[in-house]
Order: sequence, then structure tokens, then C-alpha cells
Amino acid sequence: MSSSEVAAVRRSWSPRFLLSEFRLVFTRRRNLAMLAVLAGAPLLLGLAIRLSTRHPAGGGGPAFIGQITRNGLFLTFTSLVVTLPLFLPLVVSVVSGEAVAGEASTGTLRSLLVVPVGRTRLLVVKFAGILAYAFAATLVVGLSAIVVGFALFPTGPVTLLSGDTIPLSAALARVVLVALYVAAMLAAVAAIGLFVSTLTEVPLAAMATTAILVIVVEILDAIPQISQIHPYLMTQWWLSFGDLVRNPVGYDNIVHGLVVTAVYVAVFGSLAWARLTTRDVTS
Amino acid sequence: MSAPDPSASVASAVALAHGDTAIRTTGLTKRFPGGQVAVNAIDLAVPRGAVYGFLGPNGSGKTTTIRMLLGLIGPTAGSYAVLGQPMPDSISSVLPHVGALVEGPAFYPYLSGRANLARLDAADRSVDSRTSRARIDAALERVGLSAAAEKRYRAYSLGMRQRLGLASALLRPRDLLVLDEPTNGLDPQGTREVRTLVRELASDGATVFVSSHLLSEVEQVCTHVGVMSRGHLVSQGTLEALRGVATARVRVVTAEPDRAADVLRSLGLADVAVAVDHCTAPLGELPSERVTAALVHAGVGVRELVVERPDLEDVFVSLTGEGFDVEQ
Repeated sequence: MSSSEVAAVRRSWSPRFLLSEFRLVFTRRRNLAMLAVLAGAPLLLGLAIRLSTRHPAGGGGPAFIGQITRNGLFLTFTSLVVTLPLFLPLVVSVVSGEAVAGEASTGTLRSLLVVPVGRTRLLVVKFAGILAYAFAATLVVGLSAIVVGFALFPTGPVTLLSGDTIPLSAALARVVLVALYVAAMLAAVAAIGLFVSTLTEVPLAAMATTAILVIVVEILDAIPQISQIHPYLMTQWWLSFGDLVRNPVGYDNIVHGLVVTAVYVAVFGSLAWARLTTRDVTS
Repeated sequence: MSAPDPSASVASAVALAHGDTAIRTTGLTKRFPGGQVAVNAIDLAVPRGAVYGFLGPNGSGKTTTIRMLLGLIGPTAGSYAVLGQPMPDSISSVLPHVGALVEGPAFYPYLSGRANLARLDAADRSVDSRTSRARIDAALERVGLSAAAEKRYRAYSLGMRQRLGLASALLRPRDLLVLDEPTNGLDPQGTREVRTLVRELASDGATVFVSSHLLSEVEQVCTHVGVMSRGHLVSQGTLEALRGVATARVRVVTAEPDRAADVLRSLGLADVAVAVDHCTAPLGELPSERVTAALVHAGVGVRELVVERPDLEDVFVSLTGEGFDVEQ
């Protein structure tokens, strides 16, 4: 074989590796179990509200809860409000912490790199896998909440938080928008997790570190004395999806949330890239 | 090697025409952040078509060298080329032609053997996905894993894992195979199969770079040998050249050792050692026939005349030192 033949390796774009990554993420039993737990959250919530309204004690709870008894669709929003601070970031922490550290701990990182999979390509595919999982997790919560909500509560035209009433079909479109926004917000957690995952060969450490970082940000977000930094915290904008359930839709906070998330993705994505492309793979 | 087939001779002719090496390193060095020098300025030269045994005790820097050759870790000094291309710049064009097994097999425990190979094949942009199934089947067949292909990797024995590792290196035709301790964990039967596999690959025209801490495992298949010790490449060359490092000695068993020693000295041999019933001397370039003739001519009664060539194991130990201590 001549030197010129070495250079003549066909390098066409192919989705095979990306599809393989999706298969890896979505056939892993642990990841499926986490989706099952997420699907159970709206069920628990729906049942609790359904049972408690037979003995109306009145008052309390997030803005959406009172609405659920009038329209089952509000269970979607309530379920996302309940799962967004902890459950959703937690499962994304697990999957993103696993991303590179998991490959390093099984040694498959070196197997992939000598195939060869370029390190940048590996990182991009890993990030796509985490994002797909984050989106699926949000979708599971949303779909489960729609099914449970329609089964346990009345449906029909939806009265928005602003007081307007829109048809059910238009309201379902709002649900899709909300789910997309929530999934986009999780991209910040995905990027942090991916970076942490490039730092260690112990996936559990990467998962825990990512989850703790998210909680730290949430705690900072809850301290009013440092409100000047709040606009720069990703969690500050997570619950802004409520603006999508008003008329007219308020886009200011939504756009702000997307920009802040994009900055987090850019910063932690770059850090992950800088780390992985220069690292000695000795695992 | 067995009878060369036409394709092998064509491949070696091409290799000769280009006159380049499959692996060449110049002053390749790896110093780890702790300050430990794992690989110290080694100059490897692996000719195309060779079966190169990369030998050395545990901890002598073999795996670190292999990791550098495959671009997993960066050298702190020196340069290297694989298949004639400068590395690590050409990594994406060179590595598809290189089948590698680094520091034991590494796979996803929760996937079957076949699914693991499919994952690696999917990651390879240089292959045709339509032939994936056939190539995976062929690789599994070649290492004798077809029957266990659907079993989870977790349930594999160490020997089966090693076989799957070899299968991953054989997913597509390769010009160079880098096999790090391929016989680890294999039973004698498996070790023999790996040797047969290496011979087959070499007769197909591939260059095989195989590391081992056990000389006996590779001695039968290698054409070239490099010996590592404490991060240095202490010897390199053809197997014959390495054997020649240690000189042969002639040993004459006789009732008259002093007279025999005089004859040996008269032939120009130095350092003649005399014992009660025999004498010995380094033979050098002198043919042993002349020693026999001279002894008979001098009327020395010879009971036994032996030319002692140290085996390769002794050469290996003399180069790397002996003992169970892991080298630092």
C-alpha cells in the first residue's frame, strides 16, 4: 500500500455513529428506568390532586395547581414545574456525567479513539445523545401528564393564566412550546455534565458533581441578597415557560433564558472540548 | 512462515519499492506529569511486512509507547510516523488502516459481543455500512466467537474478551496490526490460535506489531524483535541478530582438559576455562569443525564436544535483568 492510499480514506458523512449513540443511550436499562420514574411523577401528582379535591381544604400550591381541577391540561404545566427543579436536571446529570467518564471507565474511550473517532466528533455526538435524552425526558413528563390529566380531570377550552380562553388544540400547541423550552433549558445542565465528564474516569463522580453544581446554582438563585447575579444564573429562567401560557405571550424572559442557556452551552462546551482534545487517554 | 502466497509477495514487493517502514519513531519520549519518564528517547523501526515482537517486562514502557503510536497520549519529545505518515497529524487517515488492541479488551459490559462490534463499526467513517453485518460475522468467525456472539460481554470469560478484542481489530482489512499482549488470559490452546492468526495476517501482507512480556509466546512468529527495559529500547533487529548478541561457546569434555585447553589456545581462542573433566571457550567466528579436527590431530581423547548457544530467553533476561520486581 502506498502513502497516497493511506490518505485516500473515504470520509463521507454518515449518521451511523450518531444513531449508535442514541441506541446506546436509549437501550440502557438505567436510562429507561429513569424515564419510567419520570412518567410516574404526573400520575402521582394527578392522583394526589384528584383525591385531595374531594375534601377541599383550599389554597396553597403553585399557580397552576388550582387550574388542574378545571382543566386536565394544566397537569402538564404543573408536572413540569414540579420536575424541573430536581428530577429533570438529575436525570440529565446522570446521562451527561456518564457520557465521557463512562466510556473512560469501561476503556471503550480508547477503543473508539483508535477506530478512529475524532475527539471533537465524539464530543459532538455525545452532546447530541444527552440532548436527545433531555428532550425525551421532558416529552415523557408532558405526555404522561396529558394522558393522566385527560383521564382524571375535565377537558375543553383552556382558560390561560391571563384569563383568556383558547381552544384545546391551540392549548396543546402551547404545551409543545413549553416542552421545547424546558428541554432547551436542560441543555445547560447537559453541557456542564459533559465538561465534568471529561475530567474524570469515574462516572458516578461526574454525575454527582453535575447534580451538586445544579443545586448550588439553585441555592444561589434563592438568596435575595445576591439578586444582582440572578440574571446570569441558568435556573433563574427555567420557570419562565409560564409566560408561554399567557395571552399575549411574553417573549422577553423566554429569549433571555435561551440566551443565558446558549452562553452556558458555549462556555462549558468549549471547556469540554479543550479538555478532551488535549487529554492523555490512559484509562 | 509457511509457503508465501502470491498476494504476500506482491505486498512485500510494494513495501520494498517504497522502502518505508510501518512504524518509525525518532527520540520518542513520554514524561508523565509526575516526572516519571515512561518512555525514554526510543527509535523504533518496524519494516513493512514484519512481525515485530515488542518485548519487555511489565512496566518497561511498552503500553505507553503503543498508546503514543495510536495517538491516545501525546509524546513529550520526539517524532513518529505510522505507515509512512507523520503522526499525530495524520491520525484520521492512518488509523483506519491500523487494527489495534490496547492494554486488554475494552467493551460495553451490557452489550452483546456482536452489538459491541457493531458500535465500533458504526464509529468508523471509512467503511461501507452495507457490508457491516458480513464483516462483523467474519471477524467473530475468525476468532472463534460466533457461538457466543449474542451473549452479553459481561458474561464473557477473560479469554473470550481477548478474542472479541482481536475481532475488533479485524473488522476490516488492515495494513498494520498493533496488538498489546494479545495472549493475556488465554489458555495454551488460545495462545496457539493467536500465533496462527498472527501468521495468517502476516502472510496476507500485513505488518504485525505485537507486544508481550513473555518471549516464548512470540518467539515462534516474529521476524523482528525490539526489547524494552526501563523505558529504553535496549535492543532491536531481526531475531537472528538478537540471537547473535550472545556468543556461542565450545565445551570439550575430556580426560585431559589441560591438553585440550592448549589446543584451543593454539587455535586463537581466548578466555579458555579449564575444569576437572572439561574446558570451555567462546567460539567467536571459528567453525567448530576446526576445533574437532585440531583436537583429533593433537591426539586428545574427546568424549563430547558441544557448541552452546544461549537461547533467546537468556538473551532477553541479560538485556532486561531478572526478577519479579516491577520496574519503576
